[in-house]
Amino acid sequence: MTFPDIIQIILFFALLIGLTPILGNFMYKVFTGSKHLMLPVFGWLEKLTYKFSGIDPEEETNWKSYTLSLLMFNLIGFIFVFLLQLFQAQLPLNPANLPNISWHSAFNTAVSFMTNTNWQGYAGETTLSYFVQMIGLTVQNFVSAATGIAVLLALIRGLVRKTTDQLGNFWTDLTRTTLYILLPLSILFAVVLVGQGVVQNYKTYETVQTLQGAQQVIPMGPAASQIAIKQIGTNGGGFFNANSAHPFENPTPFSNFLEMLFILLIPASLTFTYGKMVGSTRQGWTIFTAMLILLLIGLSISLYAEYSANPIFGNLPLMEGKETRFGITNSVLWSTATTAASNGSVNAMHDSLSPLSGMVAMINLMLGEIIFGGVGAGLYGMVIFIILTVFIAGLMVGRTPGYLGKKIQKFEVQMAIIAVLAPNIVILLFAAWASVTSPGLSGLNNSGPHGLSEILYAYASAAGNNGSAFAGLNANTVFCNLTIGIGMLIGRFGIIIPVLAIAGSMAQKKITPSSAGTFHTDNWLFIGLLIAVILIVGGLTHFPALSLGPIIEHLLMNNGVTF
Amino acid sequence: MKTFFISLKIFLFFTILTGVVYPLFVTGIAQLVFPSKANGSLIVKNNKIIGSELIGQQFDSTIYFTSRPSAVSYNPLPSGGSNYGLTNIRLKNLVAERKHQFIVFNQLDSLTVIPSEMLFASASGLDPHISPQAALLQVERICKMRNLDDGQKDRLLQRIKELSEKPAFIFLGEDRINVLNLNLELNNLDGNFTSKK
Repeated sequence: MTFPDIIQIILFFALLIGLTPILGNFMYKVFTGSKHLMLPVFGWLEKLTYKFSGIDPEEETNWKSYTLSLLMFNLIGFIFVFLLQLFQAQLPLNPANLPNISWHSAFNTAVSFMTNTNWQGYAGETTLSYFVQMIGLTVQNFVSAATGIAVLLALIRGLVRKTTDQLGNFWTDLTRTTLYILLPLSILFAVVLVGQGVVQNYKTYETVQTLQGAQQVIPMGPAASQIAIKQIGTNGGGFFNANSAHPFENPTPFSNFLEMLFILLIPASLTFTYGKMVGSTRQGWTIFTAMLILLLIGLSISLYAEYSANPIFGNLPLMEGKETRFGITNSVLWSTATTAASNGSVNAMHDSLSPLSGMVAMINLMLGEIIFGGVGAGLYGMVIFIILTVFIAGLMVGRTPGYLGKKIQKFEVQMAIIAVLAPNIVILLFAAWASVTSPGLSGLNNSGPHGLSEILYAYASAAGNNGSAFAGLNANTVFCNLTIGIGMLIGRFGIIIPVLAIAGSMAQKKITPSSAGTFHTDNWLFIGLLIAVILIVGGLTHFPALSLGPIIEHLLMNNGVTF
Repeated sequence: MKTFFISLKIFLFFTILTGVVYPLFVTGIAQLVFPSKANGSLIVKNNKIIGSELIGQQFDSTIYFTSRPSAVSYNPLPSGGSNYGLTNIRLKNLVAERKHQFIVFNQLDSLTVIPSEMLFASASGLDPHISPQAALLQVERICKMRNLDDGQKDRLLQRIKELSEKPAFIFLGEDRINVLNLNLELNNLDGNFTSKK
């Protein structure tokens, strides 16, 4: 590592910390219906949305109706993207004449984009038309992100309100998030990206004769508009196969820096919004700090691993699967951020990362995508762990556990346990299934422990709704498309439904004013406890599998063993 | 049923807004403000498009600067890396092979330290850059194959210096040089090139 590398990392986190209260405060205004910057610009669009759709913005619903609206809306989105792919060849804007997609791949991709995962079993430039990418995928990039934030808002209302069953209105949460936050940021960012060299057109693929006389077909398309929201909404689904390693998707170190910042920006800022909405910015910063510490631990291990020599390649900088313009530091910073934040875009091939670096990425997925995590999803996932932590702390000192003045009781803990177990069951059971059956093993690109890592990573990515991959694994098979698709559904709704149930139950409780006996959740002690609980739950669940994958691979690599 | 119709209508509304209006709006601005970049940063030579500045090309001829190894041989359909893990024997063998080849190809001393991007395949398979050091190691061979005189060689070294891109704002990214641009410059500099070809 060089001095500029260190400056860059420091600047990256300084900017993230500095922008968190600014964007966080703006989002607070949007969500609480106060006056804000974008209201004069898009206020009319909000009214138009309600009028067109027949929505009464004043109407509020209980948790069950809120959940029903959310599920219905997502189901329609799924069906639409699924059908678009099945009939792609008959639809317009398909200059490369790409054929219809198989049912299982279409299922996987539709689930993937609806659940904010953006796992891609296909290669964009040789599979999907401009039409499907725009009308199908770009839309899901927006609304899946807005769905995540809506769930978080319902949860916050459940924490803040007392003795009511009203959790707000899913439609207004969805609309405001999309119109005032995601859309303006995306427009701005997309234009900046084009300025750096990202393509944005509807031309046919360009066939050129290279300087050496060979033929090269250069893909085109409306990439910038999709890439902007893919980074902002923690989606991560690339327009091109190589994702943000592709020079058309991420052409310069400057575009790289911004794309990297946007991976974490909204999830980080939401912690501030959360603090303001629950009436104590300290609560928000507490969560932010816990997340940041976990991220920095991972980043340090990952950087150490990538810059260490090993007997196989000696002191050679490990540039396999990395781009010259980014180098190692940028690739590692990205791989850590994108897996922590449930984004899943990549600027280097994670499959070729050193074993420990790849393991850090995998652990970020396995901990439940709560280190900043997906937009909305990361924070509501973290609140689940907070509930567990206050419960465990309460047991230790013999007090009734409470959070923000609300008692934590049997129902909340049950729901929290379901939300923690759901993704972990997906990872362990599906990975175990895949690693002992021939359809699961047929797609491997590497042998030995790294092969197991490829499988483990795929299901961790699905369950965490991340979408990045050890991409050597050929996942475009009936087996993988179906199991990974189901994994993504469980990883998404297996958490959303319990979270909304908790919100519904919390809203009905009274608020006990804090007293001398209250267990505080906004200090360093709590940060330490929270991190400990996260690491213990994650560690106990996944250490055995990790020891058979990346850990043993690391030890073998250090003895010069290859497969 | 009410929920269903609201869902359907708001989904339609957002599909048109974020799936049609938004990309078209961005395309409009992009085509107006950055037309060349929005259309792929294409390089036109003698009225023919010879490539994109951003998309690397395969260079393995003795008269050109060699580009990085690519898992897709610089065919962008589709882009991608090798996805070999570090304990993959194929990767170990490939690196040894590429190292040997680079040394023989450029008639270098066998102890020369070769920049690692010339030994490892890129992530996209379309990496347009190599490091300036990797370019400098190839200068002798190119001058010999093209019969460049000392003056031309000096100018070539000068051009390498000029074309090298530094990290943005001193600390963002790595030192690099665009191979396609460099080879175009090389052709310009070598007056006999057209007759030789």
